[in-house]
Amino acid sequence: MDLHEFQAKELLERFGVNIPGGRVVESAADAHRGAEGLGGQRFVVKAQIRAGDRADHGGIRFADSPRAAALEAGALLGRRIITPQTPESGVLVKWVYVEEAVADARLLYAAVVLDRVSGRPLALASAHGGSDIEDRAERDPAIVQSIPLTIRPDGANGDFAGLAARIGLDGAALASAAQLLRQLAAAFVALDASLIEVNPLALTAGGKLIALDAKLSIDDNALFRHADLRALRDYMERDENDPVELEAQQHQINYIRMAGDIGVLVNGAGLALATLDMVCDAGGRPANFMDIRTTATSLDIARGFKLILDNPAVRSILVNVHGGGMQPCDTIAEGIGIALRRCPAQHPGHVPIVISMAGNHAEFARTVLHNTGVPYIAGSTPWDAAQKAVAYAKREAPSWLSSLVARRA
Amino acid sequence: MAILVGRETRVICQGMTGRAATFHVRRMLNYGTRIVAGVTPGKGGSRHLDLPVFDTVAEAVTATGANASLVFVPPDRAAAAMIEATRAGVPLVVCVTERVPLIDMVRVRQELDGSRTRLVGPNSQGVLAPGVAQLGVMATTSARKGGIGIVSRSASLTSEIVAQVTRAGLGQSTTVGVGGDPVHGLTLAQCVELFEGDGETEGVILIGEIGGSDEEQAAEAIARLRPRKPIVALVAGRHAPRLRRMGHAGAFTSAHAGSADRKIEALRSAGVLIAPNAHNIGELMREALRSARH
Repeated sequence: MDLHEFQAKELLERFGVNIPGGRVVESAADAHRGAEGLGGQRFVVKAQIRAGDRADHGGIRFADSPRAAALEAGALLGRRIITPQTPESGVLVKWVYVEEAVADARLLYAAVVLDRVSGRPLALASAHGGSDIEDRAERDPAIVQSIPLTIRPDGANGDFAGLAARIGLDGAALASAAQLLRQLAAAFVALDASLIEVNPLALTAGGKLIALDAKLSIDDNALFRHADLRALRDYMERDENDPVELEAQQHQINYIRMAGDIGVLVNGAGLALATLDMVCDAGGRPANFMDIRTTATSLDIARGFKLILDNPAVRSILVNVHGGGMQPCDTIAEGIGIALRRCPAQHPGHVPIVISMAGNHAEFARTVLHNTGVPYIAGSTPWDAAQKAVAYAKREAPSWLSSLVARRA
Repeated sequence: MAILVGRETRVICQGMTGRAATFHVRRMLNYGTRIVAGVTPGKGGSRHLDLPVFDTVAEAVTATGANASLVFVPPDRAAAAMIEATRAGVPLVVCVTERVPLIDMVRVRQELDGSRTRLVGPNSQGVLAPGVAQLGVMATTSARKGGIGIVSRSASLTSEIVAQVTRAGLGQSTTVGVGGDPVHGLTLAQCVELFEGDGETEGVILIGEIGGSDEEQAAEAIARLRPRKPIVALVAGRHAPRLRRMGHAGAFTSAHAGSADRKIEALRSAGVLIAPNAHNIGELMREALRSARH
């Protein structure tokens, strides 16, 4: 789960991280009141989208008065912001964060991230913060330094002072940076984070460190021990995520919309990825990624199949299933049968269905398909099925099958 | 000989009295796996599936001489179970549990450092040596005893490739799922090394996918190892949908999602045969074996 900046800052503040005063608002009028409440002369008005590079793409504005802050907030709210880290269509701005501006500061960088190779968290730091840090690090990797962390019952340990020294800090700045890194490491463990990034991290003339921006991702698998964060996720998902993808999640299905016209249903993420590759290599374009998790029941699968039937772009459907120990083929066949029984005969989703099934209970699954009256074209192998699904998607009218379905009904 | 498991493997199952574990342990027993006991805290002294149940791994190991543990424990307690097995000195631990928290796996990895335990998983379909032993939840219908070692990150894709290898007239020495989680035990690279040293294995199939850097590490190991045996690799996800990214930190560590193209290039330059697509791996392996023999 990726959090918004204002949520991340509120959580990090509990671990002692300094943050500027700020108000999250949903309207220009509230932005005006918020800025007045903060006091001060200069404000930053920031679009709350869960992706980076906002600054370079119009998502961060400066204002010299509460009035100007309200104008900037009004300009951001309801707009879509597109950055290299968002989907191509951008992200809608529903919330704006109005913050006190921090003047005259050096911009540093600090992060805690999981290193997959060593299987350990790493603390990262750089004396060159800002949104261009990635490009600069590409030219000069030494500007970003890191240390491995060891998890103890009471948090995470590492040579935080050594890391601060390696990015060129000394004196009071070194001590505050070491403390900040320790706070981020503690937050990483306590919040079950998978990423914490503070960029930029302001070092003021007085030697104080202030988190100007914060990114925080929480490990979804650990939400069972964070009731508060789970409630937050449920709220944000309802509010912001694609309702179709969300419905799939609730039915043990990973679903991602794509731009093509071949609906794809597969069990298992690896096989699903390989199936998309096969469809593309056969000259087709997938309409979705769909991975049926092993915990899905036939009723869950029926809901998943309905998502494909309801996609008006779909011109053929490819089902590629390899029954395993956890989920035999007949469970999936049953789910498809239920979805089609629930789907009226005139429904435009009645397009050719090509099915390849192998592994546990494959033979029985074919009997289930037959008994439930599912009209389908058999693929002898996944590749054969992919080629057939592509061929059917390219046909002008798939009406032959609709008429077949109508006859049966 | 297979890798990781053999006829001498004596298995305990942690969490055996649960519903899913009961189902799968019965399958494994029917397959001929020597499962000797279960471990469920609080149920010590009882019997389940006609096997003794112990409160702790240490007790079970002392009583039965078990040398492998299959962890079938829910995600909130899976790490504790893996750590318990590691401290009890069990040489092989296979964890099939999905959705184990990341930080818990970091703790498990710290515990594994310097121990005598080798961990497979979590989120793994397990280890299958056809005709010898099944430690996991995979489909077994298409598996046949033979000379191909298969290592992968994904269960259902592995089953599909196993079926292809069998159709191509070859069998499998061992199939291993290293698991789909970012932090896990045995790596693709270590598994390739084990297959290279295994007398029964004649060729290796490596099934990777986008994300992480396991495939790049495997490529480095292969380049260093210069294996005699042919290796065929598939990297799934060349046409996967693009996902949202948060911040820059990913670009500074190996944490970033490796693209299919980069992985394919790394493996190719290490001398691995790249399967262009998932459908022709069995045939490709047969060809590779034929030319390796000449």
